[in-house]
Amino acid sequence: MATSSTLTPPLRSRRDSVHGHEKPSPVATALLLLGALYCLLPVLWVLMASTKDGSELFSTFTFAPSTHLFDNIAQLSAYRDGLFWRWMANTALYAGAGAIASTFVSALSGYVLAKFVFPGKGAVFNILLMGVLVPGVILAIPQYFLMAQLGLTNTYWAVFLPQIISPYGIYLARIYAAAAVPTDVVEAARTDGSSELGIFARIAMPMMLPGLVTIFLFQFVAIWNNFMLPYIMLGDDSLFPITVGLNGLLNQGASAPALYTLVVTGALLSVLPLILMFLLLQRFWRVDLAAGAVKA
Amino acid sequence: MRRRSHRFRSRVLTPYLMLAPGILLFAVFMAAPILYTLYLSFQRVEVSGLGLGSGARKQVFAGLDNYAAALSDPEFAASVGRVLLYGLILIPCMLGLALLFALLLDSRRSRATTFSRVSIFLPYAVPAVISSLLWGFLYLPSVSPFYYVTERLGLDMPQILSSGLIMFGIANIALWGGVGFNMIVIYTSLKAVPNDIYEAARLDGATETQIALRIKIPIVMPSLIMTALFSIVATLQVFAEPTTLRPLTNTLSTSWTPLMKVYRDAFTRDDIYSAAASSIVIAAATLLISFVFLRVVQKRAFGQED
Repeated sequence: MATSSTLTPPLRSRRDSVHGHEKPSPVATALLLLGALYCLLPVLWVLMASTKDGSELFSTFTFAPSTHLFDNIAQLSAYRDGLFWRWMANTALYAGAGAIASTFVSALSGYVLAKFVFPGKGAVFNILLMGVLVPGVILAIPQYFLMAQLGLTNTYWAVFLPQIISPYGIYLARIYAAAAVPTDVVEAARTDGSSELGIFARIAMPMMLPGLVTIFLFQFVAIWNNFMLPYIMLGDDSLFPITVGLNGLLNQGASAPALYTLVVTGALLSVLPLILMFLLLQRFWRVDLAAGAVKA
Repeated sequence: MRRRSHRFRSRVLTPYLMLAPGILLFAVFMAAPILYTLYLSFQRVEVSGLGLGSGARKQVFAGLDNYAAALSDPEFAASVGRVLLYGLILIPCMLGLALLFALLLDSRRSRATTFSRVSIFLPYAVPAVISSLLWGFLYLPSVSPFYYVTERLGLDMPQILSSGLIMFGIANIALWGGVGFNMIVIYTSLKAVPNDIYEAARLDGATETQIALRIKIPIVMPSLIMTALFSIVATLQVFAEPTTLRPLTNTLSTSWTPLMKVYRDAFTRDDIYSAAASSIVIAAATLLISFVFLRVVQKRAFGQED
């Protein structure tokens, strides 16, 4: 690793460089703010655009706010008896329940892989790890045929079940269990006669908790984001998550631009809860992919 | 005696029982679909007579025919070419910006770092469909504030939703959604470095830029490699962005990316066999990359275990 001695020092004044880090750099700050502006721009736009009625959306400068936000929300809520809110509830169910189930399975598997010694452990882990980079979307089509065989397409199960398994979640959980659960604590509990599941649930899980929140967030976002699976599995639009629902609405909007207002308002309402969750749980987003460690 | 052997057996079985839910789900929802796709890719339907009646359509072994068809299909080759070009535009820009922002956040000379970090990371919370929708509207001349302004100024702004620029439009959507996440990954590995390394360099008279180039970038290199691999895998499966943009433009075909073609073959054309073969080709390309991933990761990650 590079150390100070390997640096070739074309020295400026020594005093400057020692105190240099205290001096703010306008260029660095400006670049960061520019990046922030780029990232906020579409969100600000949708905030403004959702306050406009149909004709204003197409005729006025869309960064200037208007007064129709609540009309738009009312209109969206009235669309096909509140179908939009049904989509929101579906999304919360798929992502929320799915991520909880996924986190639990990942925690259990990761803990066993980190803390038990048993024949076949290496093989199991390697096969699971291969799954990390098998693109989920490539699985979606055969998963559809599988679900069709089971008669489960076009049901909640078709979207919920395939997303519980997360090789990446298991991988993270293994690292977290290895780092956070001391082996002597597990051994001591065993000597005291605790059952293995009891040790996992009452001792290991609490120790792994910050890492599990990160796994939960990862999986929550992954399920919320997954468009192809529900797009393939579901035909009944009352089962749609918000992404598939809004995609359909935009498709109809191509022939009926009046629907664009609904799409814009729907986009705003659907990102707000997620953005809120991100801001609240910010500190859990510390991911070190290469060292494989999650620091929270 | 009986009791002891019972205990012994349960001790041996415990790890397997506790792994059962994970292994079962993996087998049913990952391994089985992969094997089934593999099986389908070697099959085709043979129609006898007029193709009427239940026995007229029969699934038979096709050898490598589906693969030969997939690999020689100009549409498939075109979609692969597009995705490669798309990746070449997207990945260097995304990782370059992610690295730049991570270094700036880590620099002591930057201000407004918390605000910038949260803002740049925020798009990660927006699903690809929604971000495509937002940018799609920003690209749409009748709605977009950019076109509104440039029109008033008498400037001729190029049509992003045209066939020449749509590639950049989609790359921009993915860049917007991905730069923050990669920035956080790189920033996290920067934070793990003990501060005395920098102090020593500063005492030796190194400037912040020199520290960034000669110490920080080598330190985050493994993270950078990982984010690159994940980005490549994600790029190969791009689907949601172009699918969402399709209603807004007529330049995106139903086989614009390899996965869109697989979807169309399987569901619109009912040709699951060629869709299966194309899926396997994409998966094989991805697996080639994951092999590299395995080698890099496993060596680094599991030093601290029993």
